[in-house]
Amino acid sequence: MTSVPMTQSAVSEGSASEGPLLVVEDLKVTFPTEDGPVTAVSGLSYSVERGKTLGIVGESGSGKSVSSMAVMGLHDAKSAQISGSIRVGGTEVVGLGESKMRALRGNSMAMIFQDALAALHPFYKIGKQLEEAYLVHHSSASKRDARRKAIEMLDRVGIPQPDRRVDDYPHQFSGGMRQRAMIAMGLINDPSLLIADEPTTALDVTVQAQILDLLQDLQREFNSAVIIITHDLGVIAEMADDVLVMYAGRCVEYGTVKQILTAPEMPYTWGLLSSVPDVLASTDARLIPIPGNPPSLLRPPSGCSFHPRCVHSDKVPGDLCRTELPPLLPASVGAAHLRRCHLADPSAVYQSEVLPEIAPDLVEETR
Amino acid sequence: MTQDPNADAQVAPTEVGANAAESGERQLAPEVSDAYSSHEVPGSGRHHSVSELGHAASTLDPDAPAVLTVDNLKMYFPVRSSGVVRRTIGHVQAVDGISFEVPKGGSLGLVGESGCGKSTTGRLITRLYKPTGGSMMFEGNDLAKLSNKEMKPLRRDVQMIFQDPYTSLNPRHTVGTIVGAPLEVHKIVPKNQVLSRVQELLEVVGLNPEHYNRYPNEFSGGQRQRIGIARALTLNPKVLVADEPVSALDVSIQAQVVNLLQDIQREFDVAFLFIAHDLAIVRHFCPEIAVMYLGKIVEIGDRETIYSRPHHPYTQALLSAVPDVKQAAVGGRRERIRLEGDVPSPINPPSGCRFRTRCQFAQEICAKVEPPLLQIGKRHKVACHFAGELGAHPAAPVTTDLLGVDDQGSPVPGATPSNTQLTIPGYEKTWYDLHTKQTTGV
Repeated sequence: MTSVPMTQSAVSEGSASEGPLLVVEDLKVTFPTEDGPVTAVSGLSYSVERGKTLGIVGESGSGKSVSSMAVMGLHDAKSAQISGSIRVGGTEVVGLGESKMRALRGNSMAMIFQDALAALHPFYKIGKQLEEAYLVHHSSASKRDARRKAIEMLDRVGIPQPDRRVDDYPHQFSGGMRQRAMIAMGLINDPSLLIADEPTTALDVTVQAQILDLLQDLQREFNSAVIIITHDLGVIAEMADDVLVMYAGRCVEYGTVKQILTAPEMPYTWGLLSSVPDVLASTDARLIPIPGNPPSLLRPPSGCSFHPRCVHSDKVPGDLCRTELPPLLPASVGAAHLRRCHLADPSAVYQSEVLPEIAPDLVEETR
Repeated sequence: MTQDPNADAQVAPTEVGANAAESGERQLAPEVSDAYSSHEVPGSGRHHSVSELGHAASTLDPDAPAVLTVDNLKMYFPVRSSGVVRRTIGHVQAVDGISFEVPKGGSLGLVGESGCGKSTTGRLITRLYKPTGGSMMFEGNDLAKLSNKEMKPLRRDVQMIFQDPYTSLNPRHTVGTIVGAPLEVHKIVPKNQVLSRVQELLEVVGLNPEHYNRYPNEFSGGQRQRIGIARALTLNPKVLVADEPVSALDVSIQAQVVNLLQDIQREFDVAFLFIAHDLAIVRHFCPEIAVMYLGKIVEIGDRETIYSRPHHPYTQALLSAVPDVKQAAVGGRRERIRLEGDVPSPINPPSGCRFRTRCQFAQEICAKVEPPLLQIGKRHKVACHFAGELGAHPAAPVTTDLLGVDDQGSPVPGATPSNTQLTIPGYEKTWYDLHTKQTTGV
């Protein structure tokens, strides 16, 4: 276990330069809307070290993109109310002025978006857009330097004939190449923090594998911290060191990838695991959906926000699930594994009730 | 565990089928997938046991007759030059001679990368496009040859579920109008009964029947997809083409919709052509799978064969690229076959085998001779000169005797090609054994 969400005391002691690269503490993001304030993220804490990958999983509307956009300082200060603390390499990002933020953004941190066609400007050549990203942070560099750098980066991400393709427009690239170009743009200033928001969701599996390989190679090369946001648990399993499961704006489970995917202790994580079929699993495995729909953040459910969809809430005595928000507590094994659930012994429930349905072959192995 | 009192009262699928058959008309059963009705879940203290909610993978009925037989289907889209006189300067060979069967009440999965022609195939079967060549036999009619007018009564039987529930529903129409429209087009029920039928359908797909007056924007993605499914079911189709029906939905909702489709299939005996790029979903839903590459089927077979013993290098590469959740226990990335580059242009596809430009086993013969889709097992066909299990691809081409060519692909004088069974849509009782190079049978 390499990175743990910091408790208040640990943070005040640790010196920022040697600790994790990114520390997020008690982050809360609220948007005022016509129907009242929407708290998209609340009480979120995590940290990422250099060279490590954090995977954030959750459904749409669970706050995974909102939280990472807060890290990048992409929310409009007029409309979003952000509280808590986000420190990137020791610099506090929350409340930072736009000019200082701009120096940080794209230079020491960068973001890769899901839809590369929408994220690249259709009127400008790929090379132009890469050069701009470079020139903004290297004011002394000449245009020729920038172009050389752009070609070098396109080559680095595996685009054939980069010296010719640099003059192409985004529409002349295929989906996988566009995604590569965007990764090149994100990495052109060697950022120490890279946030990839669903980087492969729109791509075919073969292209997805190429992009994931590329991300991993580049991470090793630049020793950067990576946050990968996805809903594909397979991608998480192969890419992440740590996993953060989000539901309705809160962290509901946090731990190493092995802890989360082999011994999850929160019914929502069980639901995620059981609602995706696996290419290698036994065909006896059942596909069990999570009933209902994700909650509205305008009127979040009382108590545990997952209780209306939880099939295990009857195992908790009284009305606890409905009345009280469970704290984020260490799980039964390993203090680094945190979960937010009232169940007294979730791992027993998982072994006896969930696992036999979703992976009958695994149950027999453990016996 | 609190059991849901209504769960026991759910109508058993077989009963419904029997009743409908007795009354001599096809009718839909109310109160089917009650467990999935999303409008009833929150807050009312209803709980379901875990197993009750889930569905295991669909199973194969090997004796089911084919409801749809597609033979040598082709679709070429013309490419026109720019300028005033727009001459045809080439063709996009989107679908180039594919043959398969969809069993009655069964499902065939169609997988492949984007641009391989799988969606075009779906649109050909629903006759949204008129094919360039080939035949599509459905209940004695060749859908490929019929005029639009002759096609109209048959459209009742072949319906489609679209990928994106946000763009496939008219935002200005109410759910009742959307689901009821096919009834009015085909004048199946009198106008005053349309509403009750629509409500019946909404209940089947797990929506609140009282919501017929709402607009699509009042529903979530999963619920909208249910509306799309209800619309496709309105006319009691025999074949449903589902083109990426769950890929636009959230993970937790995907499973709800897949289970709903399984319920519908069981209940109404609908055959599915299930098009998707998610190999895991296809594996769960379809006992039989066809893998497409650049307009051709490269491998087709039952689930067990395709996923555990694929013989085509492309299928093997595709499967190895899928990230696996179980890898978490081991850590790191899975070993995979790396496919370089992109899919070639279908305007000018490679000669011989279309996959050869990205295939690590490709040799001279692959550029000269196109490999036939050869039956090599009871329910397994593959189109590759070097077909073999992963890591056991033969050194010499296996197809030379059949095609009458030598190992380099040049014709052997005097040899007669014996490709009698190469292109039939279904499966033969006998097949070509790769090891003995003889025709064998059961």
